[in-house]
Amino acid sequence: MAWDRNQMAERAAQELEDGMYVNLGIGIPTLVANYVGDKDITLQSENGMLGMGPFPYEGEEDPDLINAGKQTITELARTSYFDSATSFGMIRGGKIAAAILGAMEVSENGDLANWMIPGKLVKGMGGAMDLVAGVGRVIVVMDHTNKAGESKVLKECTLPLTGKGVVDRIITNLGVLDVEHKGLHIVDLAPGVTREDMIAATEATII
Amino acid sequence: MSKIYANAADALDGVLFDGMLIAAGGFGLCGIPELLIDAIRDAGTKDLTVASNNAGVDDFGLGVLLQTKQVKKMMSSYVGENAEFMRQYLAGELELEFNPQGTLAERMRAGGAGIPGFYTKTGVGTVIAEGKEVKVFDGEEYILERGIFADLAIVKAWKADTTGNLIFRKTARNFNPPAAMCGKICVVEVEEIVEPGTLDPDGIHLPGVYVHRIVQGTHEKRIEKVTTRKREEA
Repeated sequence: MAWDRNQMAERAAQELEDGMYVNLGIGIPTLVANYVGDKDITLQSENGMLGMGPFPYEGEEDPDLINAGKQTITELARTSYFDSATSFGMIRGGKIAAAILGAMEVSENGDLANWMIPGKLVKGMGGAMDLVAGVGRVIVVMDHTNKAGESKVLKECTLPLTGKGVVDRIITNLGVLDVEHKGLHIVDLAPGVTREDMIAATEATII
Repeated sequence: MSKIYANAADALDGVLFDGMLIAAGGFGLCGIPELLIDAIRDAGTKDLTVASNNAGVDDFGLGVLLQTKQVKKMMSSYVGENAEFMRQYLAGELELEFNPQGTLAERMRAGGAGIPGFYTKTGVGTVIAEGKEVKVFDGEEYILERGIFADLAIVKAWKADTTGNLIFRKTARNFNPPAAMCGKICVVEVEEIVEPGTLDPDGIHLPGVYVHRIVQGTHEKRIEKVTTRKREEA
């Protein structure tokens, strides 16, 4: 039995340590905020905010207060606002401890592809290239396989890259993998998933 | 010399020309210079290159300049949410230069700070690095990116004093300060103009030296994705 979306988010939340400044991507990574518990975590929104609060109550939406996914949000007592150059300065400068983001493909040497499928509609990389190049630790959260059942954890990415050698840890529905020198190291397995299951489902080298 | 103009059309009078490079503030539809964009549409200036993180939606923000085909090229990081943009791009009618978001912001900031180029690790090993100089610092690769020097910056702020000192509100600040900085001429639209001394000098987000023309107006401030939570039961 593999992890579902919420369980993957819960597992990803274990990666966060008290006092961290963290950037969460769109999709499953957004759910990670629900599982930080008592840990003192400050969320960064790359459009210019530290200390992102929950969604507003209906009727209290503020057009001047949105997250990087363009959704209305709220501020907290600790919130600060800044411009986009300052925001990516703290990202590029390594001040943000970790980014948790989704992916289309990850390779065994930590290459990440999550912004473009050639021949399909290209919307742009947004801040993803800056985040993966700059933050202290890059954690990918994604389904282990695509809709066709093929491994998304590969020896080499086939899609255009978002970053080269940038991923530190991969959390999928099957378990947790670390990018190490000669391949991927199994850190954790979802309940009922064996090492053999993980190896069978993964195209990349597992060491 | 007064920086205050009666309306957006007046504020842009004499600064628009075909083929110009415009830097625009805003993120999504948040903090966009909506009045100045409409005035550029009305002026009919064409063959524009626009540096802006996004391209608005079909009928609002920079989307209105796409509908009228006044834009030749966009320099952006993300252009989803705009069907007309995609139609023109796929038809080869519109050029698009993707920039990583932080690189775009820094290119504007650098241009405004008199820095023609800088090295960044963002995009190393990706298509973004193609054709760019690579330099190794302390064993790590970086690529050369150019500062943007725009003919005109159009930005939106919350309040200005009459000397052009600006404050922004919450996440509507976003690309506005770096866009303002990189313009040879910067025109700003605000919700309120106040007398000098009203704004706390320690709280100014962008000093008036960057701001040449100011117009006050009423803003629609459309929300792209209204997202709310339910109130807990009392």
